[in-house]
Amino acid sequence: MKRWLTYSVPVALGIAVLAFWEWAVTHWQVPRFVLPAPSAIAQSFVDDRAQLAAATWTTFRIVIEAFVLALVTGVALAILFAQSRIVELALYPYAVILQVTPIIAIAPLIVIWVGYEHIDRALLILAWIVAFFPILANTTLGLRSADRNLIDLFRLYGASRWQILWKLQLPGALPYLLGAMKISGGLALIGAVVAEFAAGTGTATGLGWTITEAGNRLHIETMFAALAILSVLGVAIFFLLSALEWALLRHWHESAVSRQE
Amino acid sequence: MTSLLSLHGVSKTFDSGTQAIAALDLEVRTGEFLSLVGPSGCGKSTALRIIAGLIAPTMGNVAWPSGRPEIGFVFQEPTLMPWRNALDNARLPLELKGIARADAEARSRQALARVGLGEFGHAYPRELSGGMKMRVSIARAIAAHPKLLLMDEPFAALDELTRQSLNDDLLKLAREDGITVIFVTHSVYESAYLSDRVVVMTPRPGRVTADIAIAQPADRSVAYRLTPQFTDAAGRISAALGDAMSRAA
Ligand SMILES: Nc1ncnc2c1ncn2[C@@H]1O[C@H](COP(=O)(O)OP(=O)(O)OP(=O)(O)O)[C@@H](O)[C@H]1O
Ligand SMILES: [Mg+2]
Repeated sequence: MKRWLTYSVPVALGIAVLAFWEWAVTHWQVPRFVLPAPSAIAQSFVDDRAQLAAATWTTFRIVIEAFVLALVTGVALAILFAQSRIVELALYPYAVILQVTPIIAIAPLIVIWVGYEHIDRALLILAWIVAFFPILANTTLGLRSADRNLIDLFRLYGASRWQILWKLQLPGALPYLLGAMKISGGLALIGAVVAEFAAGTGTATGLGWTITEAGNRLHIETMFAALAILSVLGVAIFFLLSALEWALLRHWHESAVSRQE
Repeated sequence: MTSLLSLHGVSKTFDSGTQAIAALDLEVRTGEFLSLVGPSGCGKSTALRIIAGLIAPTMGNVAWPSGRPEIGFVFQEPTLMPWRNALDNARLPLELKGIARADAEARSRQALARVGLGEFGHAYPRELSGGMKMRVSIARAIAAHPKLLLMDEPFAALDELTRQSLNDDLLKLAREDGITVIFVTHSVYESAYLSDRVVVMTPRPGRVTADIAIAQPADRSVAYRLTPQFTDAAGRISAALGDAMSRAA
């Protein structure tokens, strides 16, 4: 397959669909509050730019904060689990419970606990909860997957536990961690938006709230605009993390090697 | 020859209840090339790990008359770290021992050159063939200048030609550095070619059943594999191994 085809084909399809959409909406006179034309949505980007920019920034900030928090706490707890079986046995079931309970069901409780005046903090906690588990689970698995013979070799040369962790287990867990980060990045975004829906239109000001608000006022084109931004954010997060993965693994990991050739 | 180490009545029973070796007595002399052969599961790997101090024997002990020397270990798989290039892999023992980076690099570069990989320091394991990876593994083992080298079926996964050339290189390295080698193998011919002495073990729980000395010529090569001397040694090892197997059955 020619390289340029991988970009030009989807772009061409996208343009064709947008053109047909524009034409169909005018031709069949679809009401604006059911399906706005792409041009109307574009107009909304211009008209509502201040509000959209502020909402995007709010959501983006929460996603990044939740993601970094999930990364730090997930890796730290995984390291703790890899050092001590007892700690893992004690804590793992609770991590699972936190994970399997639907976030939308926990949201109202969290909002009440931290208070409506700190809604950002509630959103952060909720996005963190969903982003945290894949990092914990995968990193724990990665740390445990170190080659037994290599561990023996480290011990033969008198390596400390810390050296085994730092020089052997953590590098070995990196592919697992990077894979989990791609999942968690997307989950943090979903978590942040879902949490905003669950919190209701209160003091929240992110993209979730923008969608709810615009829906209430039948500003469907603003809903579409916010949706488009969410998709772009999600795709951007995924591509950034994929690029990071490639940069860190390209010399040695099979997953990155095949793409190089 | 002086004694480097001796196992006295060493037994190992794992937590699972499996008794791997029972009352193993074995003396290893300084500078010799000793092969350990025996049926699968008879405790050869376990014995090496006990000698290396990685696991403790359930009973008995390992004595080191003139102190415990620097030990190198080579496994059946190259067990390299895929995220490190050949040079950094070979440097690992020196790094863990806290030797200064520049010094450690010079020494591991030298070790790589000695196994014929002087040009491949920057290559990552995935860029190397199976034989080359095993060479890096050997370079890593000799980088810290061990006096005792423990090898657990190191060439079992390689093709015959690669294996023969690694056999010759290993003999040369061991002789040059005066390294004592304990070499586990399933190949009668390999043990006959390499060893000054072959110890045959019984099926699990393993103990020594035959101790075969081989008078080796200083220079061994392809031609040596065709001499009656070599076939005679191989025949004796093979017979002892067959005997060990049948006694268990
Ligand atoms: N960590 C362990 N826990 C429990 N059992 C073990 C462990 N390591 C080895 N064993 C058992 O001890 C016995 C001897 O194992 P060992 O690996 O020493 O044999 P071996 O002679 O090296 O075999 P092979 O020739 O197949 O490599 C086997 O039955 C094995 O299953
Ligand atoms: Mg073994």
